[in-house]
Amino acid sequence: MSSEDTSELEISLLLEAIYQKYGYDFRQYSKAHINRRIRNRMRLSGLEDISQIQSKVLKDETFAHELLQDLSITVTEMFRDQDFYKSLRKNVIPILKTYPFIKIWHAGCATGEEAYSMAIIMQEEGLYDRTTIYATDFNQHALNRAKEGIFSNVLMKEYTINYQLSGGKESFSSYYTSNYDNIIMNQSLKKNIVWANHNLVTDSVFAEVHLILCRNVLIYFDNSLQNKVQKLLYESLINGGILCLGSKEGLGFTDFYEKYIELDKKQRIFKKKY
Amino acid sequence: MEYEAIVIGVSSGGMNALKYLFSTLPADYRIPIIIVQHVSARSDNDWIKLLNAKSNLSIKEADEKEKIETGNVYIAPSNYHLMIEKDKTFSLTIDEYVNFARPSIDVLFESAAEAYKKKLIGIVLTGSNNDGTKGIKRIKECGGLAIIQDPKTAESPNMPASAIAAVQPDYILSLEKIVQLLLKITKPNPDSYRDKE
Repeated sequence: MSSEDTSELEISLLLEAIYQKYGYDFRQYSKAHINRRIRNRMRLSGLEDISQIQSKVLKDETFAHELLQDLSITVTEMFRDQDFYKSLRKNVIPILKTYPFIKIWHAGCATGEEAYSMAIIMQEEGLYDRTTIYATDFNQHALNRAKEGIFSNVLMKEYTINYQLSGGKESFSSYYTSNYDNIIMNQSLKKNIVWANHNLVTDSVFAEVHLILCRNVLIYFDNSLQNKVQKLLYESLINGGILCLGSKEGLGFTDFYEKYIELDKKQRIFKKKY
Repeated sequence: MEYEAIVIGVSSGGMNALKYLFSTLPADYRIPIIIVQHVSARSDNDWIKLLNAKSNLSIKEADEKEKIETGNVYIAPSNYHLMIEKDKTFSLTIDEYVNFARPSIDVLFESAAEAYKKKLIGIVLTGSNNDGTKGIKRIKECGGLAIIQDPKTAESPNMPASAIAAVQPDYILSLEKIVQLLLKITKPNPDSYRDKE
């Protein structure tokens, strides 16, 4: 066995160990991604080989926590992909307006920037009072930060441009209170967001919703895991419900391509068939 | 042994370099080419369409899980890192910036080095930062061929100069000579074009 094959085996044993001990399942994640994140952690922790990581993960909960943070990507921004949000306002909001109550699920919300973006749009469209946004992630640390709604002031400049380019007409700074280095999102935006721990890989359907946003989450999964998660998303949508994926994600490799109509092909917005 | 893929990292000055490269390589060039060109996060892919219009080869944005095929040129989408899996398919991630860049050349090169080993050619072209340096080093470590644009001939010399400082490349050439080499390399027995083994 070559040293390369050995390290592949070591990584798969490590992922198995994490799953058995902590219940987090990275076994069907993109191998190149996992490899990269694990090697980063090794460099940062001064570890020489993967079997050392395995033994540390099993014995040292703090280290295990760090590694879990490495493996789950929490990089996100407000109004990422401005054309997507424009299309959302144009093509999805009119559909949502027809419902007396609106349930939205942000699957894999990380630190919450997209959930707040959605709350802003719903408020501007006059729909927020009858909306509930379920924002879920398996990373409790990220979820706690999302719930606080405290973000670095430095980022706001970029987010303001994103907001304006995505069709926002208000003054973006009216949605938060600034305090030196940080800002805190308005209570009026937080009030209808329910933050909950949910793992797309290991948990099941928890609500039936009108709109699902699951953007740049599935890119980390292999084909068979993508298919499994697409089933979960499909079963969580009402008939006629809307699914929004990341701008580079599709349904083409899954069993669900035929079960939706494309509302906006380029922005990856799909409507569940009746 | 034949080379199975070429990865190219390019930053400022890249548009001219890529235009030259793809107006010169023929339509039947048979090694797939994968490129990271630094672009702003908000850039659309219109520049790829323009480049494609002037190219003999088919140039497209790399898609998630797409299988890498001969005859194609793939460009990393803006605001994503592009990686290559061992099964020669693409993965995209939105991990944090690397060397202030997303896509980052290092991220592509390091994953490509592990996927293709010695059947990979890595090329660092014009640019004004040091992205690609770690990646080209990894390509050499895995037995691949390293080609770096001669900084004297690059629109922005820093990026190739940084790579040369960190690794002993197989070739340091002008863009014109790099294209000639790439044409020669697709002929049988590419090993004979290595400077050193």
